[in-house]
Amino acid sequence: MNAFARIFARDASLAFRHGGGAGLAVAFFVLTVTLFPLGIGPETQILERVSAGVVWVAALLATLLSLDRLFQADYEDGSLDLLALAPLPLALVVLAKCAAHWLTTGLPLLIAAPVLALLLNMDAGGLGALVLAMLLGTPILSIFGAIGAALTVGVRRGGVLLTILVLPLYIPVLIFGVCAIEGAISGLGARPHLLVLGALLLGALALGPWAAAASLRLNLD
Amino acid sequence: MLHRFANPARFGRIIAAILPWGAGASVLLLALGLYLALFVVPPDYQQKETVRIMFVHVPAAWMATMIYAVMALASAVALVWKHPVADLSAKAAAPIGAGFTFVALATGSLWGQPMWGSWWVWDARLTSVLILFFLYLGYIALWEAIDDPARAAKAAAILALVGAVNVPIIKFSVDWWNTLHQPASILKLSGSTIHASMLYPLLVMIAGFTAFFVTVLIIRMQRELAARRVRALALGGSADS
Repeated sequence: MNAFARIFARDASLAFRHGGGAGLAVAFFVLTVTLFPLGIGPETQILERVSAGVVWVAALLATLLSLDRLFQADYEDGSLDLLALAPLPLALVVLAKCAAHWLTTGLPLLIAAPVLALLLNMDAGGLGALVLAMLLGTPILSIFGAIGAALTVGVRRGGVLLTILVLPLYIPVLIFGVCAIEGAISGLGARPHLLVLGALLLGALALGPWAAAASLRLNLD
Repeated sequence: MLHRFANPARFGRIIAAILPWGAGASVLLLALGLYLALFVVPPDYQQKETVRIMFVHVPAAWMATMIYAVMALASAVALVWKHPVADLSAKAAAPIGAGFTFVALATGSLWGQPMWGSWWVWDARLTSVLILFFLYLGYIALWEAIDDPARAAKAAAILALVGAVNVPIIKFSVDWWNTLHQPASILKLSGSTIHASMLYPLLVMIAGFTAFFVTVLIIRMQRELAARRVRALALGGSADS
């Protein structure tokens, strides 16, 4: 457990320090969302209608951009080899890295999301569902992203490939995340969608680190 | 049983023996099926002649999903037993599956233009087939991106399995999304009630498509086996036969 906490703390502090890029994902998130009113037009009704989808899609893309941070630097300087040799199972190393990635990417997105939703005129009834759905959804994005990042670590032009591999896997999170918000706004309730997101999170927590560790191991040979 | 086919030379002999039968069956079945579908089947009272597109569209969509299942199964066998031929069959199957998926999308779009009045409708089935197409592309791209074939095989196998776990979830989520966003606005097909005069040509076409898949798969695998042997010779080692 000590090793787990240390890897988590190491990754988190590296991301927050100079050049770590923790703030970049949020900046990208805010900018992308800002582009939509410029592209669609400022009519508040249209913006209100698309707000949930725009926030989620932008969050997906922002997470995607931050995924190369997960393993790439450690792969290049060789510390990933040492982590793979450590007594801690590689799946737990992956889980610690995912947790740190979520803390430095998912959580800032989660904090920024309600503000951006307000900018897009989202109905106030949907804000609570937005925060809850992102709380459940963004860790899934980190874990699925870890599988893609582990598969493409050390691969030429891995960044574009990573996008193609990971985005289809993100679709359920997007759908249930948006449905939760729309359910809350329409009065049908966000609960079923949040429960499905929770189920997805549990499934991803159980299987994702394992798959990512297997992919890392074959790329370290 | 599984290990009997692990020898590439023996496997090569077996698939070479199957090849003419598969090719013959696919030519006969496709010719018969197309004849039935294009000339014998009466035009639908509602869809008129466009119903004939279905005889290519439905088998293609069926093959698109089946080939992904074949790929995932072969990948699991390759990962668990380190079976030297299974990963090749998964690799050989992927572009064929992507091709069928594209055919299914294209024919669906051609059918949708006269029937729905638009080339593309964000219908649950269309959308999930489109996502399946992207999954195929990702799989093929991963094979292409990694130089070392052994590493590429393993990475692609993991990706295929991750995809196979996710395909039902994606399908379910897209169905859910669709029922919420588009409450039955499009033409409702009357479910499984399909008339026998249309069912038999459809079954013949499905059998023909399957035979075609097996034939192309064998040709592609023979090429892969040959390429592997060339690589082994070029590296100065002995061929793995």
